[in-house]
Amino acid sequence: MMLLSGDPPRSRVLTLVLVVIILALAATPFLFPGAKALNVAAKICVFAALVASYDLLLGYTGSVSFAHTMFYGIGSYAIAIALYGMGPNWAAVATGIVVGLPLAALLALAIGLFSLRVAAIFFAMITLAVASAFQVLASQLSWLTGGEDGRSFQLPELLRPGTVLVSKSLFGFEINGRILTFYLVFAVSALMILALLRVVNSPFGRVLQAIRENRFRAEALGFRTVFHLTYANCLAALVAAGAGILNALWLRYAGPDTSLSFSIMLDILLMVVIGGMGTIYGAIIGATIFILAQNYLQSLMGVASKAASEAGLPLLPGLLHPDRWLLWLGLLFIASVYFFPTGVVGRLRNGGGHKSAGASH
Amino acid sequence: MTDLLKLSGVHTHIGRYHILQGIDLAAPQGQVTMLLGRNGAGKTTTLRTIMGLWPASSGEITLGGERIESRATPDIAQRGVSYVPESMAVFSDLTVKENLVLAARDGPMDDKQLEWIFGFFPALRRFWLSRAGSLSGGQKQMLSIARAIIEPRKLLLIDEPTKGLAPAIVMALIECLKEIKRKGATILLVEQNFFAARELGDNVLVMDNGTIVHRGEMAALASDVPLQERLLGLSLEAHQ
Amino acid sequence: MTELAATDPLPKPKRDIAPILLPIALALVTIPLIGSPSTWLTLTAASLAMGMMIFIMASGLTLVFGLMDVLNFGHGAFIAVGAYIATLVFAPFAASVQADSLWVNLAVLAPAALLSMAVSGALGLVVERVLILPVYGQHLKQILMTTGGLIVAEQTLYALWGPQIIPMPLPTSLRGSFILGDVAIAKYRVLATLIGLAVFIAIQLVLNRTKLGLLIRAGVENREMVEALGYRIRRLFLGVFMTGSALAGLGGVMWALYREQVHASMSDELTVLIFVVVIIGGLGSIGGCFIGAILVALVANYGGFLVPKLALVSNILLMVAILMWRPRGLYAVTSR
Repeated sequence: MMLLSGDPPRSRVLTLVLVVIILALAATPFLFPGAKALNVAAKICVFAALVASYDLLLGYTGSVSFAHTMFYGIGSYAIAIALYGMGPNWAAVATGIVVGLPLAALLALAIGLFSLRVAAIFFAMITLAVASAFQVLASQLSWLTGGEDGRSFQLPELLRPGTVLVSKSLFGFEINGRILTFYLVFAVSALMILALLRVVNSPFGRVLQAIRENRFRAEALGFRTVFHLTYANCLAALVAAGAGILNALWLRYAGPDTSLSFSIMLDILLMVVIGGMGTIYGAIIGATIFILAQNYLQSLMGVASKAASEAGLPLLPGLLHPDRWLLWLGLLFIASVYFFPTGVVGRLRNGGGHKSAGASH
Repeated sequence: MTDLLKLSGVHTHIGRYHILQGIDLAAPQGQVTMLLGRNGAGKTTTLRTIMGLWPASSGEITLGGERIESRATPDIAQRGVSYVPESMAVFSDLTVKENLVLAARDGPMDDKQLEWIFGFFPALRRFWLSRAGSLSGGQKQMLSIARAIIEPRKLLLIDEPTKGLAPAIVMALIECLKEIKRKGATILLVEQNFFAARELGDNVLVMDNGTIVHRGEMAALASDVPLQERLLGLSLEAHQ
Repeated sequence: MTELAATDPLPKPKRDIAPILLPIALALVTIPLIGSPSTWLTLTAASLAMGMMIFIMASGLTLVFGLMDVLNFGHGAFIAVGAYIATLVFAPFAASVQADSLWVNLAVLAPAALLSMAVSGALGLVVERVLILPVYGQHLKQILMTTGGLIVAEQTLYALWGPQIIPMPLPTSLRGSFILGDVAIAKYRVLATLIGLAVFIAIQLVLNRTKLGLLIRAGVENREMVEALGYRIRRLFLGVFMTGSALAGLGGVMWALYREQVHASMSDELTVLIFVVVIIGGLGSIGGCFIGAILVALVANYGGFLVPKLALVSNILLMVAILMWRPRGLYAVTSR
């Protein structure tokens, strides 16, 4: 309970689902052999943290930012450029962290202060414009970022796949640097999510919710909403940059498509809404559903598309083409905003699960 | 005497606040019915509920025998109801003329009606092509009332028209409203100015905490000072 | 006695002309910087054409916001749909497009543009009913719903037309330039500027000279009072929404011809541009939107010529500068 900051999942089914997801992720290297499964698991971890940080903004302050991938990208690029330029050593990793995190926080501070100066309604539009400019900038400053190609780099010795830590003869599994990197990603993501859980359940988090419900009243109660919103923006940016660092470490690469593109921003939106806004736990569910769909639904769609085209049906082959999986997720997204705006978590909490809200406080 | 407008058992909620808690009132045809009470008693909410701007959560509202409580605001307006809100709500980006063009929704403005209005409010003629936003507070109030009477309407809902106006303008307003009444309109008037209320009112309703606490003839209340003090306390402006 | 009131001092109606002077000043200041007058003229003409196209696309967005407080993040989808629909007309009549006769070219172009507007407008009807009406009044959900709509629209375009770039050649008689001395101005840019001006003037006439326009302007300021006067503002809004969608479709056709290609990703690219324009102009203001579009285009063209690297972020710098000066945009028409 301490670990969860007194905010348990509050639904038996939800608890069960979360436990299964977390155990499955933790045991992936042993349960599901193969590079693909490990990649999917690592991506789920990274996105769970990234989406949770976005939930701090969307779900807890009610502000829509389209600049979240920018912070994610800053983290990714910081570590990539440091490791690329300084070589695969721990000093480079430290440099990337020490440069990337403050840079993300500072930029969030600047955007926050500027956006809050102008009408609140502009926030979403301004963040979209800033993020797109940053994206263009990153692809144009190719001497630094590698342009469209991005930057590939080597990890420090300890984290390389070739480094065998525990040989196969001991447990029947080989534990190498790749698996160590996976657990690094897993642990840091988990820590960041637990930290966010703490933030939203602190007095600060409750002020954020008060601002979301009625900004005017929160101000009348004496809260400096500008301060609170900017602070939340900076925190979210820090975690996003942290997730970016993990992502780059895992991929040994940072580029526009994996860390900056607008489609990643849309993915985050889909995950947070489908999982459930304003719950943090929703991030884990949303990321899991989305990334599993992204990686496994596509092959299913390929089969269906082929079947449809063999049956000579019009349109359907195009609509079911594996590249169109986002179409169906987009429809799911609209449906969830429409029919269950509280997402999977909200559904589970209000549905079958027992209501024990407050019992743990 | 038939009642043009009737409310029975009307409740209105705004968010989680229960503002109107069972209102029964009637506005008799061709008369001026005053709605008095201190600030926050629910007078404005009553007018907005009749107009459909804050729909009633339960109860019945009839206009000329027809149920209107679940109708949309434009439908209610089209049944011959004009609303003059407390904030006046003139369209400040539009000229005086354009404001009135919009208010005359059945077609071009009637020149005779316009001359009649100019007779009470000459300022509107002078500033005919000025932006309404550049008018003074009193002039905006005149425009707001003019908008409500540019075409003949059955029922006028008017919210504190004399608020913040100079006494001279208040007199002109009272004359205008008397004239409108003579022409056969029914008026439901929210007023804090007791002088204006006494001049205009045929009947009076006093509200407190979302209910009606007194109903009777205006003349009776006007001559009963202890009753006034008990019902209205210090909230009324001094008896001019 | 009312004369007293009538003689109250009436503040002189002020015309706020500073925003109008801004693009003019910008254009004048850059003359010495650019040096060559002919280059400057070419750049300025290019900016006007680009600005007009952006204005056509953005005008609907700003009115829709002003009237009903609706933020449509899917507006860019109408642009892309308009462009794709035009290819449906262009492809079978490729010969007429290639013919070296203005009238034959226009005989394809005009129906293509009209069909695009009709389809975009009809799509607007669907979007308003399905995506916006259910979440009317809730900004957060509006943004989410319309963003979802953008994803679905883009993906549907990919599914129907495939992911490849579709070429959209400019009709033969619109190619080339008018040569005035040593200044060359592309013919298509002149046409685009004329169409943009016509749209702007038409919108201004409707807004200022018709009862419908009065209703829209009154609704932008206070929709509740418009309803209390007996007008159904939802119907008015739907009309404005569909018109705005149709204009976005027209802008899409024009932009596609300008770039001579069509791709679904144009909706993303242009969404950012038109957002910057409506923010700069002040949400709800047609005049502001017009000036904002020209400003964005001027800064992009001059900036691209003078400091190519800077041009990438010129929109953002412009937006920041304008909002520092006027936090609600050049013209703040709504009280929100």
